[in-house]
Amino acid sequence: MRRFFLIFIPYIWLLALFLVPFLIVFKISLSDIALAIPPYVPVIEWSDGWAGFKNFLSQLDLENFVWLTQDDLYWKAYLSSLKIAAVSTVLTLMVGYPIAYSMAQAPNEWRPTLMMLVILPFWTSFLIRVYSWMGILGKEGFLNQFLLWTGMISEPLQIMNTPTAVYIGIVYTYLPFMILPIYSALEKLDASLLEAAEDLGCSRLSAFWLVTIPLSKNGIIAGSFLVFIPALGEFVIPSLLGGSGTLMIGKVLWEEFFSNRDWPVASAVAVVLLLLLIIPIILFQKNEQKSREMDQ
Amino acid sequence: MTQTVFAPWEDPGEKPLIQFKNVTKRFGSFTAIDNLTQDIYEREFFALLGPSGCGKTTMMRMLAGFEEVTEGQILLAGQDMARVPPNERAVNMMFQSYALFPHLSVWENIAFGLKRKKMPKSELDARVDEMLRLTRLERFARRKPHQISGGQRQRVALARSLARAPKLLLLDEPLGALDKKLRQDTQFELMDIQEKTGTTFVIVTHDQEESMTVASRVAVMDEGQIIQVATPDKIYEEPASLYVADFIGDVNIIEGIATKSGEDGYKINWSEGKEPFQAKTPRTLSEGQKAYIAIRPEKIAVSQDKPDSALNSIKGKIVDIAYLGNMSTYHVEIPGGLTIKAQTANTRRLSRRSFTWEDEVWLSWTLTAGSVLER
Repeated sequence: MRRFFLIFIPYIWLLALFLVPFLIVFKISLSDIALAIPPYVPVIEWSDGWAGFKNFLSQLDLENFVWLTQDDLYWKAYLSSLKIAAVSTVLTLMVGYPIAYSMAQAPNEWRPTLMMLVILPFWTSFLIRVYSWMGILGKEGFLNQFLLWTGMISEPLQIMNTPTAVYIGIVYTYLPFMILPIYSALEKLDASLLEAAEDLGCSRLSAFWLVTIPLSKNGIIAGSFLVFIPALGEFVIPSLLGGSGTLMIGKVLWEEFFSNRDWPVASAVAVVLLLLLIIPIILFQKNEQKSREMDQ
Repeated sequence: MTQTVFAPWEDPGEKPLIQFKNVTKRFGSFTAIDNLTQDIYEREFFALLGPSGCGKTTMMRMLAGFEEVTEGQILLAGQDMARVPPNERAVNMMFQSYALFPHLSVWENIAFGLKRKKMPKSELDARVDEMLRLTRLERFARRKPHQISGGQRQRVALARSLARAPKLLLLDEPLGALDKKLRQDTQFELMDIQEKTGTTFVIVTHDQEESMTVASRVAVMDEGQIIQVATPDKIYEEPASLYVADFIGDVNIIEGIATKSGEDGYKINWSEGKEPFQAKTPRTLSEGQKAYIAIRPEKIAVSQDKPDSALNSIKGKIVDIAYLGNMSTYHVEIPGGLTIKAQTANTRRLSRRSFTWEDEVWLSWTLTAGSVLER
């Protein structure tokens, strides 16, 4: 009985806060836009009973999903989001791996401090941190002023409102999600394995490729998903740093919802985005399951 | 039929494979190895024996190339190893934790070192198969290290370190993680493999029984220095010092004052007013010098009556009996408060044992049973 409750509580949580909202969004995506409150039709007429419900069902259609395939704005936005998410995941990995590696190499007494420093940015509001990047990357920003002062450039660089600014923003924001799983994989790595590899004829570098990288593979995969999934639907960073030039599906969704007040199309965009995200999540879980089976 | 005894260390013409020349190793202010000079010969099974922290592991890690020598030289086949990194030494090591690669199968683990040699595929396959056969692991080639038992993992580690056919194989507490029964079987297997491959083995261990079983020579270490190097029987029968006598096996130590008696014998006056014990020794002691007799428990006979012929005999009372199955150790208190351990083989069943607690018995031993030591 106790076990039943322990399982039951998280399921209730998922049901109430994930499945039910999703079904509502899905229902709206099958509706039509209307000048009303709420701004879509049909709504269920509870007073008409069963007939009202049947009437409601008959008015639902897949029109909005068809619309998404007709206007090339949407698939371009999805594609561009996938590209930005993929590129920034790779960039985050390239920045995060060396950091995680040096943390794992650091003396034991230093590790909690380093860990703290990685988590520290979370103590400040995410929005404030993205805004402050505007101050750094802008035409009159700190970065340009510094580069002009050193004489490396003679004209200020246009970084703000370009994809570069979006990449910088995403890499900065999601870096801890990449570092932590890789660090936890590297920390468990037995140093004698590297000595064994060297003893068996590896140089330091090939020992790294043949032993360290394969043994931190699970950390790399976990970190990549933790960056890729939120980056794909990211809205704040591209709209604050990317300007009008950067097309991302999160931004399109926001505009459909708030500017156009087209809730049905916005819902359809959200449903497709969710499906796009579920695929990598399923892949991720498969990988987790495989590594768990391997450990048995 | 005469059989030549394997003893290259007694042949002055033999060139040693490894030479430690005045090697000192310091970690900060701590001296791990203190001005150590030692030769190890080809095909030897050389054991470094000592308590933890005595420097035996440091010596091994310097041979493997994981630690640099602070002063002095280590030569391998006449070549100075100072600037040679671990991956370029004809030395392989079997790690205490085995350090098997968890992401690779048994087969891939063994092939790991061979692949680094850029060996042709067919030759590599043949060599891995040979190693699998040698260590009886053929059936487990496709398994991952976590899917096999501790004893099998130990054999994979051995096969992996032997695969590159090193001139020298280092074994760091190779049997430490195995239970006693398996350890004994594996000791003989190690000796067998060492003989078959003709590789020089250097083994680090804190288990004196293990080193005695496997090694051709044992080096007893303490505080960064080698106290004595000799064959296992010499170490046991003729320890050079009290430290060695005490570290290897069980021993009774009797302290006294030496006086010359006869050609090469001494009387050791161990207690005022008691008959001194007599012992023969090749050592020369000065008159009235402090000396010790170290006698192994199994060399002391226990009897009901005073033996007629024995030169050393003393009466005592049994205070404790340790029954070990195949033998029993009697703790006998002799006048003067000293407790002497004497061991007898249990050739009879327990119920017919002749002595029990509180019995008065005679202990006796011969002139050459004990070693006379100065320190």
